[in-house]
Amino acid sequence: MFGILASIVDGVLVGSVYGLAAMGLTLIWGVMNVINLSHGAMIVAGMFGLFYLTSALAAPAYAALPPVLVAGFGIGVSLYWISVHRMIGRPPLMSLLATFAVNMVLIGLGTAVWGTVLFNVPVTLPGITWHGYTFTGTHIMAAVLTSVIAGLLYLFLYRTRPGKAIRAVAGNREAAELNGIPTTQVLALAFGLGVALACVSGALIATLFPFTVLSGTAYQLKSFVVTVLGGLGNPAGALFGGVALGLLEGLMTPFMPVSWTTVVEFVVFVIVLIAYPGGLFNFHRRS
Amino acid sequence: MKRFCLIAAASLCFAASAFAEELTIGFTVSQTGALNLDSVAQLHGFEMWRDDVNAAGGINAGGKRYMVKFVSYDDQSQGGRVQQLYTRLIVQDKAQFLFSPYSSGLVATATVISEQYGKLMMSIGGAEGKTYQLGNKYLFQTYTPADHYLSGAIELLKSQNPGAKIALVYSDDPFSKAVAVAAREQAKQAGMQIVLDESYPPAQTDFSAIINKVVSSGADTLLGGGHYPDGATLARQLHDQKANLKWVTLLVAPDSPQFASLGDAATGVSVPSQWAPQVTYKPDFGPTPAEFAQRFQAKYGIAAGYHAAGGYAGGLLFQHAIEKAGSIDPAKVAAELNKMNVTTLWGATKFSTDPKSHGLQLAHQMVLTQWQMKDGKLVKEVVWPDIAETAPVKFPYR
Amino acid sequence: MSPAATLRRPTFWLIVAVALVFALAPLSGNNVELREDLLLAAIYIILAANLNLMIGYAGYVNFGNIVFFGLGGYLCVWLVNSHGWPLLAAALSAGVAVSFLALLFGLGILRLRGAYFALATIGVNEGVKAFVANFTPWGGATGIYLSIEAYQPLGGAAQALWIIYFLLVAVMALSLLLSYGIKTSKFGLGLLAIGQNEDAAAVLGVPTPRYKALVYSASAFLPAIAGALFFFKSAFIQPDDAFDLVLSTEAIVVVMLGGQGTVVGPALGAFLYEELRSTLLTAQAFSNFQLVIAGVLLLVIVLFVPGGLMGWIHRRWPRTKRVLE
Repeated sequence: MFGILASIVDGVLVGSVYGLAAMGLTLIWGVMNVINLSHGAMIVAGMFGLFYLTSALAAPAYAALPPVLVAGFGIGVSLYWISVHRMIGRPPLMSLLATFAVNMVLIGLGTAVWGTVLFNVPVTLPGITWHGYTFTGTHIMAAVLTSVIAGLLYLFLYRTRPGKAIRAVAGNREAAELNGIPTTQVLALAFGLGVALACVSGALIATLFPFTVLSGTAYQLKSFVVTVLGGLGNPAGALFGGVALGLLEGLMTPFMPVSWTTVVEFVVFVIVLIAYPGGLFNFHRRS
Repeated sequence: MKRFCLIAAASLCFAASAFAEELTIGFTVSQTGALNLDSVAQLHGFEMWRDDVNAAGGINAGGKRYMVKFVSYDDQSQGGRVQQLYTRLIVQDKAQFLFSPYSSGLVATATVISEQYGKLMMSIGGAEGKTYQLGNKYLFQTYTPADHYLSGAIELLKSQNPGAKIALVYSDDPFSKAVAVAAREQAKQAGMQIVLDESYPPAQTDFSAIINKVVSSGADTLLGGGHYPDGATLARQLHDQKANLKWVTLLVAPDSPQFASLGDAATGVSVPSQWAPQVTYKPDFGPTPAEFAQRFQAKYGIAAGYHAAGGYAGGLLFQHAIEKAGSIDPAKVAAELNKMNVTTLWGATKFSTDPKSHGLQLAHQMVLTQWQMKDGKLVKEVVWPDIAETAPVKFPYR
Repeated sequence: MSPAATLRRPTFWLIVAVALVFALAPLSGNNVELREDLLLAAIYIILAANLNLMIGYAGYVNFGNIVFFGLGGYLCVWLVNSHGWPLLAAALSAGVAVSFLALLFGLGILRLRGAYFALATIGVNEGVKAFVANFTPWGGATGIYLSIEAYQPLGGAAQALWIIYFLLVAVMALSLLLSYGIKTSKFGLGLLAIGQNEDAAAVLGVPTPRYKALVYSASAFLPAIAGALFFFKSAFIQPDDAFDLVLSTEAIVVVMLGGQGTVVGPALGAFLYEELRSTLLTAQAFSNFQLVIAGVLLLVIVLFVPGGLMGWIHRRWPRTKRVLE
């Protein structure tokens, strides 16, 4: 009994971080109809960012998160101008392939530089032990920080001018332009924000588990699943989708070998794609 | 006169090596990828043997001298590249003999190529027995087969904790699975309970769910692991999550000197080892274990683990077979290897000649080593079998 | 197009010529090295030519196209290993079975458009990979090993390698011919219409659901057989190698590089890419660099030259359009 509860709690804690990772992906999709296939590379970039900030500057791990966020934003804006700008308005296939190409280049370069060695950022926080099960401090901290960042994102999107501009462009680009909103800049802003979220989620994941240059692919796939669950274009949905996925994993693992959870995830993924393309948590019906 | 003799001797050696031919040995190394740490240790063993042999003038095959030359490529720890690279080694680089890659999965794929082209391969680092049951003619195993990896730990548990409740948590790769299958049987026969039996994908980094299951199952012993990355991560997370265990034996990972960097998480963890620097085998030829360990440390600046010793032994066994056969003809060398029954720094070596399991290692024995705190530092001590013991076992492990 | 008309078109003879070169070049002088090189090139050509049916003609990006290759490999190796089937029967059955499975999967995911479809194919590939990794009759994560005796019916290992090579060259020729045959048929016309504007095509009377399902199934058949032959040759199959997403994406790059929608394009792109890859295979520092170069090439093509190599050639020398389709 306690085992199942512990599993669920742990699943939800880690799932929320997956949700954060997916929020960046879904934001970009919602605003400019581009699925950023270099999302995984951005997560890895965040992981390495944390690693170097903590080892080179001996900064405490969580203090390194804001610089990662800011750097991620910068990278995102540059990536927008390099590869995505020309793709807006073109068939979605082209933008898929463009971001996909960027991913290949980044991962290829990363592998050439860092090989496929396992990197680890040792972070220890006192955990909570309950009936024999321990919830590690890092897991709890990661979930707390995820909520904080999600809250900040909400405030940004709903309470600030640039945020509202982003939502306007996401709703109807032409109308936004007619209203004097500089859409191209807003798109760059949104892309930068999406990538920043990916980077910071990567940094958070790095506080939990070791990583290699290739770890991004696995988290990118998880982000797809979460994004689809939450509805493409819906950041709040992504967070709930992440928690839901974590919940699902937590419910499954006590009853079946851990290796089967991946199968179930992808089956759910394909079913939701086919049957509920708008996602399970679509609170604002988008046209 | 003395100087003349010296010069004569030197020029004879020089002449000998100048007239020596080259013997090309081909293999792949996991320079990158998850198997990197252990594979490179094995490579160091190969290189040290090659340097020793060439310094002594090369391999002496029936009066002819052969200087050893290596051709190797990076297989990136991936089976997909292994076959292409071994084909290239044989067809393009004209390798005359082959070392296997490191790890059972890669050895299996490489063997297909060596058998397809009829080349001799010395398998080092490939413990899974299944590979040798597929009807090979030219494959020879130096490691003790995977079946025996955990028998030492189970023997130890029989005396320390006869009613042990065992959680088998292992990587989903050919080697670890073979070990687990055998361990299951051995534990049952020893009257112990297997309360959890779970495999995980080799690239797994999040063990929290499995560790929760370990706690739920009420296990007090954990046996398993895989190779270095997952083994080290599992050890660390077991420590963080306080899994309430009395004994932990992990495969491969704790043997590497780097495991000590885990600090507290490494204390008390034990590992089945193909070899340890403290063993006292009396070799029929080649250096003693102590000589090897000391020279390896001097040359590479790190302690020798069993992967390095295995690499050195693999080369040594090839050399011995070629010298006994008096030629580099594969069939003659294979015949010598089939007859071989020797002891080296590595321990005893005898290959199976039964066609249904050709090349399987029959004589080599394993030890169990445990990381223990000694004068404030973590050191590896041999805790089983009794005859090889260098320190009493610490049970519970911490 | 009628058989007689086909025989008169240069593209047909070009395909035959390429196949003959592939078959005869390594044979002269028993050049095993060349054979191994060309074998990999043939695999890339097979994957690319069949993927082109989906990407180039129908306009659907199948990111998980490698699932057919892997399933074909597994079925064949399993039939040979556990049931003692001869190679040809096992390979053909694998092809038929995988096509049928593709039809079933297709019914589900072909309702999705554009990016959703692409994501779904990734989901299918990863799901199948995860399932096979747990499926004990197929060896789970450790896979299936073939005993060396499996080559006896083909006359021993050395001869078997040659036979498998020739079979793969034949599959390659068939892939190119299939691609050409479809393009010059009414079916192909319908597919191209779907690729241009699916709704318009439907309104104009193209039976879009049926055509999409058919082409998806057709694009699975030959890669499955190629997978069957390839993994039989390797005598070893495991989930990570069989459903390798990297190979899947390389196939996409190759199609775009060579020129999607053309017959010769994917073949040209595949050949060039394989040469690049094998050069870098053993280069110490750059062994994974082909991905970087491929990525840059893909980016350049998508941004500036969406028609790929063949597209550029056709624009530069319009006459070639009639000869090199």
